[in-house]
Amino acid sequence: MIEAVGLTKRYGDKTAVYNLSFQVRPGAVTGFLGPNGSGKSTTMRMILGLDNPTSGHVTIGGHPYRKLPNAARHVGALLDAKAVHGGRAARNHLLSLAQLSGIPARRVDEVLGVVGLQDVAKRRSKGFSLGMGQRLGIAAALLGDPQVLLFDEPVNGLDPEGIHWVRNLMKALAAEGRTVFVSSHLMSEMALTADHLIVIGRGQLLADMSVTDFISANSADFARVRTPDTEPQLREKLTSALTEAGGHVLPEQDGALRVTGLALPRISDIAHESDVRLWELSPHQASLEEAYMRMTQGAVDYRSTADQKAGLQQPLPPGAQPPMPVPGQGQPGWYAPPPPQQGGQPFAAPQGAPGQAPAGPYGAPQAPGALPGGQPANPYTAQQAPQAQPAPQTPQPPAAAPAPPTAAPAPASAPVTDPTKPEDAR
Amino acid sequence: MAATQVLRSEWTKIRSVASTVWTLGLAVVVTIALGMLISALSKNEFSDMSRRDQLSFDPTFISFAGTSLGQLAMIVFGVLVVGNEYSTGMIRTSLAAVPKRGTFLFSKIAVATALALVVGMVTSFATFFLGQAMLGDLKASIGDPGVLRAVFGGGLYMTLIAMFSMGVAAMLRSPMLSLGILMPFFFLISNILGNVPATEKVGRFLPDQAGSKIMQVVTPIDDDVPYGPWGGLGIMALWVIAALVGGYAVLKRRDA
Repeated sequence: MIEAVGLTKRYGDKTAVYNLSFQVRPGAVTGFLGPNGSGKSTTMRMILGLDNPTSGHVTIGGHPYRKLPNAARHVGALLDAKAVHGGRAARNHLLSLAQLSGIPARRVDEVLGVVGLQDVAKRRSKGFSLGMGQRLGIAAALLGDPQVLLFDEPVNGLDPEGIHWVRNLMKALAAEGRTVFVSSHLMSEMALTADHLIVIGRGQLLADMSVTDFISANSADFARVRTPDTEPQLREKLTSALTEAGGHVLPEQDGALRVTGLALPRISDIAHESDVRLWELSPHQASLEEAYMRMTQGAVDYRSTADQKAGLQQPLPPGAQPPMPVPGQGQPGWYAPPPPQQGGQPFAAPQGAPGQAPAGPYGAPQAPGALPGGQPANPYTAQQAPQAQPAPQTPQPPAAAPAPPTAAPAPASAPVTDPTKPEDAR
Repeated sequence: MAATQVLRSEWTKIRSVASTVWTLGLAVVVTIALGMLISALSKNEFSDMSRRDQLSFDPTFISFAGTSLGQLAMIVFGVLVVGNEYSTGMIRTSLAAVPKRGTFLFSKIAVATALALVVGMVTSFATFFLGQAMLGDLKASIGDPGVLRAVFGGGLYMTLIAMFSMGVAAMLRSPMLSLGILMPFFFLISNILGNVPATEKVGRFLPDQAGSKIMQVVTPIDDDVPYGPWGGLGIMALWVIAALVGGYAVLKRRDA
C-alpha cells in the first residue's frame, strides 16, 4: 500500500507536483497517467525517497521509504532503464543490487531468465537496446520478490512480445496480492493493464477511479449518420424525425449527424419511414484515449505545433497544392466533443466546439482524404493530385468528384469534406 | 540492511567496471616508471650538482618523483568511482536500493579506499625498491632512519588523494566537472602556488604539498616548513575529511 498525502514538490518557482493525495492498494494494477512533464516521475522519485517533497509525505506500508527496513526486499522499482553503469555487465549490475539485500546469486540468474536476458548476461549494458535496457530494469525490480512494485513507463521501447509480457507480468503480480503502480502516458496501454487509474496533469490530481468507472463515465457509443450532401433539407427532416423518436442529434462540422440514444436499426427504420436516403450509418465508440486526452488537454505542458519549415520550403511544382497542415495540430480544443449524454462528463475540461469532428481512436487524427495533394500514398489524393484544385475549401459538386463514393470504403467522398478539419478514422 | 551487504555490493560494482583496472593500473605504472627514470637521471647528474644540493640529496624522495603524475590517475580513479554513479544515473538505482545515503556513500568510499590503499602500498614499495636500484651507490636502505615511514607514507598519500577526489566528486556530482577542477589544480595550480614566493606560505598547506612531506627523509637546508612529516599528512587528512563531509552533506540534502 502506497499512500501520498498532500504531496507537493517545487523546483524553484516551478511547481512539479501540487497537493497530490492518493492511495495505491495491493492486489491491483494501478495505472498512473499524465502527459509529459505532468509530474509522474517526480512523484515516483518521491515515493522512493530520491527526492524530498517540499511539503506533504508519502509512505509505503506506513513507513517513509528511507525508514523502511531492508527496502530492497519490500519495494522493487524500475525508474529509468538507462540508470545503469553502461560499462558493467548486466549480471554484475544485478548481482551488486542482489548483494545489497542478501539475495543469493542464483536469484540473479533466475531473473535474467525471467526477462529473457540470460544470453547477454555477461555483456555490458552499454550496448543494450532500449527494450533490453527495460528488461534489465524490470529484472532489477523483480530481484527481491518485493510486495510493492513501481514501474515508470515499463513498455517504452519494448517489442510487441515484450509489451504483452509486461502486461501479463503486471496482472500476475497484482493477482498475487502485490501492490503494482505503473506510470504511462498511453491510456490505451493502461486500459488493457490497469484495474485502477490515477490521472494527473500539471502535477495535480485529475481523476482517481477504477478503470470500469472511467470507461462507463467516458466512453459513449454513438452512430454517425450522413445524408446526401446535395439535399440539405433531408438532413433537417431526419434530424427532427430522430429527435421525435427520442434520440440526441448533434450536427458535425462536415455535415454528418452524431446520434445517441437510438440503436442503429432504429435509425435506419426512421430514415426509411421519413423517406430519407442515407450515405452513411456507422457505429462509433469514443475511445478511452480520447476521453483521457480531453481530460488532460488543459494540462498539457508541451504541445506540438505544425512545422512551418521556415526557409526550408521547396518551391512547389506547377499545379501542385501547398500541403495542408496536419489537421488539429497546435490547435487547443481539437479533441472530440464529450459524450452527448448529460452527466457522463465528470470533468470540467474545456469542450470542443459542438459539431467538431472527433479525432481518431488514438487522438491523432487519421484522415484519409483530408490532405488533398498532400501524400501520394493516400489513394484518394493520388487520384486528385493531377487535378489542380485552386480552391480546395470550396465544396465541389459530387459529379466532379474524382473518387466516386462507391469506390471509396468511406461513404463520404474526400473532396466534399473540409480538408483542414480532422475526420474520424473509419 | 547490514553494512557488510552494502560493502559486498560496492565491491562487486567496483570490480566489474573497466575504469577501475585502467586507472589503478595507470597509477602503478606511471608512478613506478617515472620514479625509476628520474632516479636514473639523478644518479647521472649527482656529480654535477652543487655541494648544497648534494648535501640535501634525498634518494627516497627522488624515487617517489613519479607520484606527481601517478597521483593524477589516482584522482581519476576516485572521481570515477563516485562520479560515474551520477553521470550514468545509477545513483537513482543505488539509492532506491540503499535508502540510507550515509551507508551508501561511506560503504562506497570504504571499498574504494581499501582498494586504493592496497594499490598505493604496492606502488609505493615497488617504486622505492626499483628507484633505489636505479640510484646505484646513492641508494637509501629501507632500514635507514625515516625511510620506512616515507615509503609507508607514500602509500597513504596515494590513498588520501583518491579519497579527497571521492569527496570532491560527491560534492560536485559530476565526473567531468570534478576532473576539470582537480586535474589542473593538482598538476599546475598547486605547484605554482607552492613555488611562487608570495604564495608559498599558503601553498604549503594545500593537500598535496602538505601530504608529500611524509615522503621526505632528508629535510632540505634552511627549510622553514612549520610541520613535520606526520603533521603534513595530518593536514592532508583534514582536507580529506572536509571533502568527505561536504560530499555527504550534499548527498544527504540534494535530490538524487
